[in-house]
Amino acid sequence: MRLRNTWVGLLGIALATTLACGGSQETSNTAAKPESPSAAGAGQKVDAATAGVVKGVVAFEGVAPTNVPIKMNADPVCMKANTTPQSQETYMVSADGKTLGNVFVYVKDGLSANYVFDVPTESAKIDQKDCRYHPHVFGMRVNQPLEIVNSDPTLHNIHAMPKGNAEFNNGQPMQNMKMSHTFDKQEVMVPFKCDVHGWMNAYVGVMSHPYFAVTKDDGKFDLPNLPPGTYTIEAWHEKLGVQTASVTIGAKESKDITFTFKPVATATN
Amino acid sequence: MLHRFAKFLVACTVLLILAGSLVTSHDAGLSVPDWPTSYGWNMFTFPPSMWVANILYEHGHRLIASTVGFLTIIMAVWLWMSEPRRWLRWFGVATLGSVVAQGLLGGLTVLFFLPAAISTAHAGLAEIFFCMTVAIAIFTSPGWIAGSGTPADPRVRRLATAVTVLIYAQILVGATMRHTGAGLAIPDFPWMFGHVIPDHWSSAIAIHFTHRIGALLVTLAIVTLFAQVWSRQGDRNELTRPATLLVALVAVQVTLGALTVLSRRDPWINSVHVVCGAMVLTTSLVLTLRSWRGSFAVDVQMEPQSAQRNDERLVGARA
Repeated sequence: MRLRNTWVGLLGIALATTLACGGSQETSNTAAKPESPSAAGAGQKVDAATAGVVKGVVAFEGVAPTNVPIKMNADPVCMKANTTPQSQETYMVSADGKTLGNVFVYVKDGLSANYVFDVPTESAKIDQKDCRYHPHVFGMRVNQPLEIVNSDPTLHNIHAMPKGNAEFNNGQPMQNMKMSHTFDKQEVMVPFKCDVHGWMNAYVGVMSHPYFAVTKDDGKFDLPNLPPGTYTIEAWHEKLGVQTASVTIGAKESKDITFTFKPVATATN
Repeated sequence: MLHRFAKFLVACTVLLILAGSLVTSHDAGLSVPDWPTSYGWNMFTFPPSMWVANILYEHGHRLIASTVGFLTIIMAVWLWMSEPRRWLRWFGVATLGSVVAQGLLGGLTVLFFLPAAISTAHAGLAEIFFCMTVAIAIFTSPGWIAGSGTPADPRVRRLATAVTVLIYAQILVGATMRHTGAGLAIPDFPWMFGHVIPDHWSSAIAIHFTHRIGALLVTLAIVTLFAQVWSRQGDRNELTRPATLLVALVAVQVTLGALTVLSRRDPWINSVHVVCGAMVLTTSLVLTLRSWRGSFAVDVQMEPQSAQRNDERLVGARA
């Protein structure tokens, strides 16, 4: 009788473990125990009444290199989803060729360590759709959840290759699979790649503060609610490198800056 | 029969090395992120409809590796059951051990995101395993069994051994270059940044440069070996044939190496370069083993029937 009870107990534990570990396509991949999203701890909050703004544009000078064409014929699903010729998203310039998109602009230095910022409760999101990452470049906060979705009816693996955070590589073989991940350190930028479809790549800037933006092809960016001070602003592009600018803003002041990228002789896709 | 099976295993191993090099050349090593499962499936039940894009290379490599592993088990058991030479029975076990270790290294490199050290060790052990299968094919061949009394030439023996070791070292440098992403660290050929010697350096350039210098040394060593074999042992076909083949293979190999750079690492050219390198190594190994044949003890206690069959084969071959 005692033996039977033991077996029943073990069976119950095994069943509970199985249910706890499986049964769902949604997985979580947490590098470190995140802080409570709204509990940023005691510290100085930015005074909105005195905060200013840094805004500007990322300009492009010269002729943008041609984006490398992509052959998707290795996967019929990708071929079906993309019936027109496809190319990489490396150089996203405006129609007139004068501004540059997919540039990550952020406050690199100058922000007092005393400031605290709430971590957003809503997830950042990256979607694998039509055999592309959407978005290609984006920003998120340290300890903010990142929702990773596979919207394609084909297999993808999401492979993050950070330097400071933990590397991960997770398969999502089924359509609509989701997983969640948090990064626990600031890092500019964390590259993503799909090792199944070699052309798929994306970049995320993981920030400890909210002062970052990604340009669209009009090149515009906006860093609002910035406390008065002197800052180093950096603009990052996946192939053209980085540029920095120093800017000082006073209370309720707005400053415009322009970054100008040029194609470099060694720049290839 | 055992010798034929050994040759079949050698052929399968060539295919396995090609499959493995295609994985690296297509940057497909992490396209199946889990191991030993494949996207959660048992490796052998992973649906073929899902073998798309780079998964085809990685999953194909795993399946071929499993097949070679299975064939190696058969080989080891076969040797253990039927081979009279004790050392060869244990050599079969060691070969099985190496393929098991190779499989584990392959799994570990996936689970740890392809660290250069593990991936290079995986590539290096692959060559060792390939050498072991070739050695078994040689040891079980009628020619080897019949050649126990062949006098050895110490100079050819030493030179052949040194060349084999040198080729293996060159392959290790090549594997390090591949797995540290230094394949195009020097982007031009035959010049290096337009000069005879690179005008600037980094660790990647140093690795790549070492591989090019290694290619030069290996080529010179093989040509020297070829000359020595033909001048000192020109009447021994079992030595002159691999020596000649070795020169031909190294010429092809150098050409493939140059084309790998000039084609910006075309995956197929790059992969055939890896396979050809393995064949250069094993051809040199065959020459080395045959040059040492006279030093092996006459330890074959063959059954009368199989000894008679071997004698008949040898007579036929000589006729």
